[in-house]
Amino acid sequence: MSQSNGYMKALKCRECGREYPLAATHVCEFDFGPLEVAYDYDRIKKSLTRDVICTRPQTMWRYRELLPVAGEPTVGRQVGYTPLVKADRLAKRLGIRELWIKNDAVNFPTLSFKDRVVSVALSRSVELGFKTVACASTGNLANSVAANAAAAGLDSYVFIPSDLEIGKVVNSLVYGAHVIGIKGHYDEVNRLCAEIAGKYGWAFVNVNMRPYYAEGSKSMGYEIIEQLGWRIPEHTVVPMASGSLLTKVHKAYQEFIKVGLVGETKWKMHGAQATGCSPISTAQKAGLDFFKPVKPNTIAKSLAIGTPADGFYSLKVMKETGGAADDVTDDEVREGIRLLSECEGIFAETAGGVTVGVAKKLIASGKIAADSSAVLCITGNGLKTIEAMTGHVGATRDIRPSLREFEALLAQDKPELVTA
Amino acid sequence: MVRVSIPPTLRKLCGGEDTVTVRPGTVGDAIAQLHDRYNGIRDRLCDGGGRLRGSVLVFVNDEDIRFLGEQATPLKPGDEVSIIPAFAGG
Repeated sequence: MSQSNGYMKALKCRECGREYPLAATHVCEFDFGPLEVAYDYDRIKKSLTRDVICTRPQTMWRYRELLPVAGEPTVGRQVGYTPLVKADRLAKRLGIRELWIKNDAVNFPTLSFKDRVVSVALSRSVELGFKTVACASTGNLANSVAANAAAAGLDSYVFIPSDLEIGKVVNSLVYGAHVIGIKGHYDEVNRLCAEIAGKYGWAFVNVNMRPYYAEGSKSMGYEIIEQLGWRIPEHTVVPMASGSLLTKVHKAYQEFIKVGLVGETKWKMHGAQATGCSPISTAQKAGLDFFKPVKPNTIAKSLAIGTPADGFYSLKVMKETGGAADDVTDDEVREGIRLLSECEGIFAETAGGVTVGVAKKLIASGKIAADSSAVLCITGNGLKTIEAMTGHVGATRDIRPSLREFEALLAQDKPELVTA
Repeated sequence: MVRVSIPPTLRKLCGGEDTVTVRPGTVGDAIAQLHDRYNGIRDRLCDGGGRLRGSVLVFVNDEDIRFLGEQATPLKPGDEVSIIPAFAGG
């Protein structure tokens, strides 16, 4: 094998196993199966030890042998290693012994887990010689491509549904990206991008660069294991849009076992969706291994993918690990956001509300046992979807700068504090 | 006639064309016509039982045929068909 490809061996079709060169291509010519990066795990096992990892900076790149770049990463070198927060107050509210929040709401630089996949996709795009990068996005990915492309001096085109939250729109425009709003839902944006990818010689991070891009999500799983003290959690709850993150966190757990960083153990992967866009959870609950596409209608816009690319594979992972899926209504999404905020001081975007809401249901139903340990993957920041909570969290009470007015107000809250 | 957009993955098989035309009928008829013209195309798009692979999406005038009539979806003159790999996005 060539040293110049780092620890990557080839792109390999997940369906038929045919191999392809490590280029910007994402599907098999024979059966349209997805291509995945194949690694030289024997070599990785020799060079990637706990000691080596611990000497490296606290970023996602401390596991770089398991990420698909040939040389040193050039884009997003500070991404990752977000806090894993022990959530005792939320654990008590949900009725579980041990609960952790993997908090990618504070990922660098654009406050979502997408910085992980983008830093891999753009580092690899630079290696392959691309000057323009692009994506189809529900918002977070657009933000991350726009920001990381700007920092790397790359031109970027980001395609989003035109009705996205204003925070996500401004957070793409500010970096000077070309932002194209498509009058339609994400699946239509995605179809357009599939048709134009390749036509202009651009690196579409989640189309022709998808085999590399998707691997970036594994870093969330590696970090969870390391931050838990080199332990794989019994339960992991992951929000599902395309379903890719769930499959990649699972793959991260498998790989750490494969390269000897942790011992064999069992774990369950659980998937969370919004009821208004629940093709995967609906199939899982019905015991099916295929899903029926839907037209999304939910406030969890970052999860609003009606034709999830990895729906089939995420169903497979949940089945193999004995995990479950469920979905929550818009009101339950808001309740999930409030629970996480009020118990742990973490303001997540709507996808986080979905994850907390579904975790609550899975614990209540016993699918996640009360006497177990679970990690919830929080993937984005609440400040980006402020509209979802506006009008649902009360309002400020405005007074003049007068002690008398303040005491009148306080007397309503805590009469015992205010003397007549 | 009906215009069919060919994805890059299949262009080698279609003499490098990015668009071809077929006669009106159904989506299934269109796949059969493509197969007659470019031998092997049906096997790329369909499994052994003749069903479209899960890895392939077909759109008629921007709508996924799974929301229409699958392979029985009718094609009238002037309709546009797109064939798209499913493993993208997200």
